[in-house]
Amino acid sequence: MKIGVFVCHCGSNIEATVDTAAVAAAAREFPGVVFATDTMYTCSEPGQDEIVEAIKEHNLGGVVVASCTPRMHEQTFRRTVERAGLNKYLFEMANIREHVSWIGKDREANTNKSVDLVRMATEKLMRNRALHPKKFTINKRVLVIGGGVAGIQAALDCADGGLEVVLVEKTTTIGGKMAKLDKTFPTVDCSSCILGPRMVDVAQHPNITLYAYAEIEEINGYVGNFEIKVKKKATYVDWKNCTGCGICMDKCPSKKARDTFNEEIGFTKAINIPFPQAIPKKAKIDPEFCTMLKKGKCGVCAKVCPSGCIDYEMKDEFVTEKVGAIVTATGFDLFDWTVYGEYGGGRYPDVITSLQYERMLSASGPTGGHIKRPSDGKEPKNVVFIQCVGSRDKSVGRPYCTGFCCMYTAKQAILTKDHLPLSQSYVFYMDIRATGKLYDEFTRRAMEEYDTNYIRGRVSMIYPKGDKLLVRGADTLMGTQVEVDADLVVLAVGAEASAGASGLAEKLRISYDSYGFYMEGHPKLKPVETNTAGVYLAGACQGPKDIPSSVAQGSAAASKVLGLFSKDQLESDPQVSMVDIKRCIGCGKCIQTCPFGAIKEIDFRGMAKADVIETICQGCGICTSTCPQGAIQLQHATDNQILSEVNALCQF
Amino acid sequence: MNTSLNYAYYPGCSSTGTSIEYDMSSRAVCAALDIKLTDVPDWNCCGSTPAHTVDHSLSSALSARNLDQVSSMGLDSCITPCPSCLANLKTASHRMEDKAFRDKVNNLLEKPANTNISTKSVLQILVEDYGIENIRKRVVKPLNGLVVGAYYGCILNRPPHLMQFDDREHPMAMDNIMEALGATVVPFPLKVECCGASFGIPRKDVVMRLSGKLLDTAEAIGAQALVTACPLCQMNLDMRQNQINHANGSHHNMPIFYFTQLLGLALGLTEKELGMNKLCVSPRTLLDAMANGENLKEKAA
Repeated sequence: MKIGVFVCHCGSNIEATVDTAAVAAAAREFPGVVFATDTMYTCSEPGQDEIVEAIKEHNLGGVVVASCTPRMHEQTFRRTVERAGLNKYLFEMANIREHVSWIGKDREANTNKSVDLVRMATEKLMRNRALHPKKFTINKRVLVIGGGVAGIQAALDCADGGLEVVLVEKTTTIGGKMAKLDKTFPTVDCSSCILGPRMVDVAQHPNITLYAYAEIEEINGYVGNFEIKVKKKATYVDWKNCTGCGICMDKCPSKKARDTFNEEIGFTKAINIPFPQAIPKKAKIDPEFCTMLKKGKCGVCAKVCPSGCIDYEMKDEFVTEKVGAIVTATGFDLFDWTVYGEYGGGRYPDVITSLQYERMLSASGPTGGHIKRPSDGKEPKNVVFIQCVGSRDKSVGRPYCTGFCCMYTAKQAILTKDHLPLSQSYVFYMDIRATGKLYDEFTRRAMEEYDTNYIRGRVSMIYPKGDKLLVRGADTLMGTQVEVDADLVVLAVGAEASAGASGLAEKLRISYDSYGFYMEGHPKLKPVETNTAGVYLAGACQGPKDIPSSVAQGSAAASKVLGLFSKDQLESDPQVSMVDIKRCIGCGKCIQTCPFGAIKEIDFRGMAKADVIETICQGCGICTSTCPQGAIQLQHATDNQILSEVNALCQF
Repeated sequence: MNTSLNYAYYPGCSSTGTSIEYDMSSRAVCAALDIKLTDVPDWNCCGSTPAHTVDHSLSSALSARNLDQVSSMGLDSCITPCPSCLANLKTASHRMEDKAFRDKVNNLLEKPANTNISTKSVLQILVEDYGIENIRKRVVKPLNGLVVGAYYGCILNRPPHLMQFDDREHPMAMDNIMEALGATVVPFPLKVECCGASFGIPRKDVVMRLSGKLLDTAEAIGAQALVTACPLCQMNLDMRQNQINHANGSHHNMPIFYFTQLLGLALGLTEKELGMNKLCVSPRTLLDAMANGENLKEKAA
């Protein structure tokens, strides 16, 4: 094979600490290399043209580019060599930027290391084979996991684009966190008034199948051909016939059920519909609180239901759906603030979370939109807001900024004044982070027009004093301690990854960070992609996000799905494992170790042999290191190729 | 009952003077509960506040010598009633893990000190090693009718990674013991607030304000008395209560007990053994009322 080597300066990124001309000169001496040069920007148009011309002029059979990481430009250069008529796998990249020039200052040592890396690449390239992707047909349906505002947006955009959508929501209604909000910032418009119509659209869209109160049990397959097992949890109510009339809820005698929709401000009934605008508006029995399910006595709901929907014998059901792409929009949970002993650790009823306060402000909430202290039902006069609770705090393992608490706190301070004109709000803050369109103006309004007292400092202690709470903190601008007699304390609790995030990530085979937020394909350039083909992200599952950002991501994810489905067939990656049937002894070890279920046993003339299902294989290579015979080899990273690289590096 | 509990006992300087009743009651309670205490031979001052504010290595040398004395007793755990002593002993142990620091301190001592000693407070071993349920079983004179608040002070469980005992913001050890003794425990919201500590000497006004607030709050929540586990807290609240009343125009007359004194009472020990007469604010009226209340109950039954 005649090989050409191109050593890139990357402007001064590489050239500053690597003598690229010397690397090219050294490369000319390697076996097989007939052409080597250094160029300013190999990825630029003239840089790529130089490669194409060199292939033609020197009749090259393969190309090595020594430049940046393959994650950056491998695809670019593969297309370049393809343009010149070579198979795109007859190309190798040596990373002399991230692995060399950016991490070392010694020019001589860097140059020597670069030479080594180029030698490894040429030795491997000599053993490369032309590989050809296979085409396969795809199922143009999409699964959206999570029915919050991001998931709703993604589902509607996909459905409007003509795709069939399966939307799976784990609670009994879609709407997510946004449905719990009273108003939205910075426009202070009614949250459920703007979200409600979208929720109705989901229910009525002919292309959307909604599974509420359902969870993802199992995900198999690969991009274009996923098979999803959905668990429809038992509701004990036949939803086909339930009209959502609510008579069962009115008559249910069990009044102490956990009201998760209202953030446990008060209680709900054991059979309940979470809120009047719920989609679907169907009742569900909470078995933990239903006396019929617990003790076999009661049965009131079954007696009063006009449609005869109650079924105490109902069991979980499983359905299988086939889709070609998945949008994950599983949202976030609130940080458990009770770890803060200084805020009372949950002992004081009048210390509540911002989301509980939001339910209290909502006209359809448990207090009918009246602000009342949970302890005695009195209207508060002094309301203290504490920001950054479980946000920007290393001591509780949450060093990141949730990003939207400054804004909703300003909104809640404004709403407090609207509800209770004689009240006084105080906000303890660290910094005001209001970096959105009309955001800073909004926080200014809270301070200047609504007379909110912003105190820059942390709260060290809250303790009861009579029927009030004494909030003690620092005013770091004044350099003093401050004490506020509060009637109600609202904690601006930060966001964390939703409870089941890591479990779902394992099923989706996508990665997540140490906090449980899902990792995007690239922090700048692939914000809604994941590193698993066909799986996309929308909303706060990727990191805390406010409503506009979540909606934007929902639409972005939908556009990625529509783009993917614009083709009828996809190309599979040929860098997969292949079995040398002559060497395979049919031991089946590879079948056991494959994490993707991509290897099956076949019968070959009466003998058991392993066989790789190419479209499922992800090219991880675990099977190749398991195989005692070396019979299963990962294409483009065979044992021989790896050993040749090792030899190239260890020859001296 | 668990008779295998055996500790080296480091009394600390206050125990020989201002908090002698804490020492007496701690020893009496441990004896009553069959917890064996052996005094650290030839112990010296832990360094207290003055030493560590001046020089860390000198301060640690003082504490390290005490720990080495424990090690020479063939014991590996030492208890002390005083949280300030405990903090110094623990800090020395922790700092000595650093080799450079250890060499510096050992240079100051006659011989290299073994500081690998587990140190705990009397309160901590009563709760963690002896167990509150076992204490409950040993109560012979329950503190029925006594309404008490538990005041821990700021250093008993702080800094948390060093002290490793109870909740740093909301400790419950003494609350739970008092409840087990039959007392009515009112949640004291300022249980980990500072009493003013040694500021009683250079800036008395600070103690007047801070300790005054503790007494005001205790009274407001209906406590008849406070229990403490720290000689300095006890001194500020008890001995200075009159000064506080003068400075703030208040009229407090609240007995401030060491928790070991009330524990001893419930175990049936005498007031004399527990040094009740050493308290500045007399608990006489309260103790009599409690005794009478108990008698009345017994008569009713």
